[in-house]
Amino acid sequence: MPDGLAAHADHGHAHHPALQHHFQTLDQQHEAATLGMWVFLVTEVMFFGGLLMAYLLYRVWYPDAWAEGSLDLDAVLGGFNTVVLIASSLTMALAVRSAQTGARRATVGWLLATMALGLTFIGVKVIEYAEKFHVNHVPGANFVYEGPHAQQVEIFFSLYFALTGLHALHMVVGVFLLSVVCWMAWRGRFSPQWYTPVEISGLYWHFVDIVWIFLFPLLYLVDRAGHFA
Amino acid sequence: MTTTVLPHVTYLNVSTTLASWLLTKDHKRIGILYLIVVTIAFVIGSVFATGVRIELTTPEGDFVSADTYNRLFTMHGVIMVFFVLVPIVPAVLGNFAMPLMIGAKDVAFPKLNLLSWYVFVIGFVFTLAAMVVGGVDTGWTFYTPYSSNASNSNVLAMGLGLFIAGFSSILTGLNFMVTIHRMRAPGMTWFRLPLFVWALYATALVQILATPVIAITLLMLVVERAFGFGIFDPRLGGDPVLFQHLFWFYSHPAVYIMILPPMGAISEVITCFSRKNMFGYSFVAFSSLAIAAFGFLVWAHHLFVAGISPYSAMVFSFLSFAVAIPSAVKTFNWTATLYRGAIWWQVPMMFACGFLGLFLVGGLTGLFLASLGLNIHLHDTYFVVAHFHYIMVGGAIMGYMAGLHYWWPKITGRMYSRGLATFAAVLVFVGFNLTFFPQFILGYLGMPRRYHVYPEEFQVLNVLSSAGASILAVGYFLTFAYFMYSLWKGEEAGANPWLATGLEWTLESPPPPDNFAETPVVSEGAYQYSKREIKVA
Repeated sequence: MPDGLAAHADHGHAHHPALQHHFQTLDQQHEAATLGMWVFLVTEVMFFGGLLMAYLLYRVWYPDAWAEGSLDLDAVLGGFNTVVLIASSLTMALAVRSAQTGARRATVGWLLATMALGLTFIGVKVIEYAEKFHVNHVPGANFVYEGPHAQQVEIFFSLYFALTGLHALHMVVGVFLLSVVCWMAWRGRFSPQWYTPVEISGLYWHFVDIVWIFLFPLLYLVDRAGHFA
Repeated sequence: MTTTVLPHVTYLNVSTTLASWLLTKDHKRIGILYLIVVTIAFVIGSVFATGVRIELTTPEGDFVSADTYNRLFTMHGVIMVFFVLVPIVPAVLGNFAMPLMIGAKDVAFPKLNLLSWYVFVIGFVFTLAAMVVGGVDTGWTFYTPYSSNASNSNVLAMGLGLFIAGFSSILTGLNFMVTIHRMRAPGMTWFRLPLFVWALYATALVQILATPVIAITLLMLVVERAFGFGIFDPRLGGDPVLFQHLFWFYSHPAVYIMILPPMGAISEVITCFSRKNMFGYSFVAFSSLAIAAFGFLVWAHHLFVAGISPYSAMVFSFLSFAVAIPSAVKTFNWTATLYRGAIWWQVPMMFACGFLGLFLVGGLTGLFLASLGLNIHLHDTYFVVAHFHYIMVGGAIMGYMAGLHYWWPKITGRMYSRGLATFAAVLVFVGFNLTFFPQFILGYLGMPRRYHVYPEEFQVLNVLSSAGASILAVGYFLTFAYFMYSLWKGEEAGANPWLATGLEWTLESPPPPDNFAETPVVSEGAYQYSKREIKVA
């Protein structure tokens, strides 16, 4: 067969404690897990895609409201969070690298750094949300806005909260995931032969970062340079 | 006849405690768990359908009120679509048979497989709870603003229930896709795969790419209702037609989630009982992928009267006609497989032949609806109801019946009564046609769907339809009865009662817990029937 078994049938990892009974080799198990995570990320793209479709439609319909709403967001905090997440992608990549080379303490350290950066992001997000509550920019129950496009700006904020809220939820899940992996790394469960959990939670983490790379300009930078007005 | 104890260790008798079932990671047991829940859902959905058919036997609204009627057809649709048709073949038959067919010990992620079942059950319980406290009256499509501000029913709870159940479908699709990529036995190349596996692969593609979109759409609906976010509500500046686009972006491909796996089962049955290799194997395999791909490009044919631009309507009409091509490729290839085959007239084959005829009618009437001019005349009439029941019940459920009768001896190790099963097949076929064929005429004459009263001149056809539904119900009940009876009193089936070629038939019936003691090595294609001795009983 083209992939999986035949190519690896004689590698002899059959007694590795991490090998599950229904797989023939660790390589097969690793390939299955990695493919599974990639497929899962495809479903995530479609999941965010539905919301981004709504974003696209209303941005085309209500460009002025989008420009106004966007100016109400704090681009400095958003920019800071963007830097934080990009840095966390670097520490995550270093954690995977450390796991590959069997450096246990470095793996734990880089995972802790990644989690710290993730928590920093979530903390800044909480500050931003609190500010929106404070100035009554929460759509639905608590929305006060003066101006000709008040209703459309409310849709902008609906989508802002939906998109960033869903993203923040993914961050929380990511931090939880990394804490489990970190504990496993601390217990010395990984080796250069088997470090699949580190790698696939890294894939997930990078994906959540990339979502933010799209969300930041779509939400914070709509009309900063005045092109749309 | 006495009950005999099966001598070998099987996945059924290896342990028999309740915990061993509820915590099982064995794909075969998880298939059984799905079978139980889906059967319960089928019964509940049928009860709602019975309410609808009783109301429609008379022109007046004398059995239930208009409001109750709205809830009946909504809950019938929700249960049957999301908890019966979507999981019935992949999660029941696919879970049981697919790993066996590719020579694997299990699916790639057994724990995730069990989790999918629990997620499914939680979604089901949520949905049932929404029904018990009063139900939903929006129609199964949840169109805004029916569902956002015009409905005072339990849209919130049901939306959450379907959101949760959607993840079960996504996770099953993910699991199957990885399993088919990574778990095939040595020598089981892509073009030696049984066509059921190809069909499940195409289905997994749709589950992975389409289901997340309905999940986020339902979530937006829930958020809109719960917090007053304005996304679909026109009073808040939102666009209700956006909901229809997003909804059908999933729900049209979902039709292929429902029909592709039964099509795969039909391929297994037709080759086995024609004792022939599949005519045009690779065409049938690729037509599954083509249906999955085209299926993503036709959603707006549900919106022809919703005010979309005539140019996009033309494109979507054309693309909808294009889906007929891979579907016809399958139908022609099945027919060509039957041609000059040694037809073995067993029960699965009867259901498969029923499928061929009913799917043909359902498919061709789909072309009527894809035509822009006719669509305006037939939109939201009983013609549409008849069309999709021919596909969903005549196609998907008949295909499921064919598959279940085919694999039942492997699943249970027991044979059902051939005489009763033949009788049931006839009842289901006759009852189905009597139920739904009059609805084509009703729709053509102008009877709209979703009304509990109708003009008196439609009564004769409606009475015929309700009479057919009772025959259909007897057919299904009979099937349930002889399957149950066979568990205790059925003859032992033996490893390969149909003399079929798949890897699953090389194992004892029921199979041992770990499937293959030694991983099989495959050296030939899936349907080498012509090379084998034919022993037609």
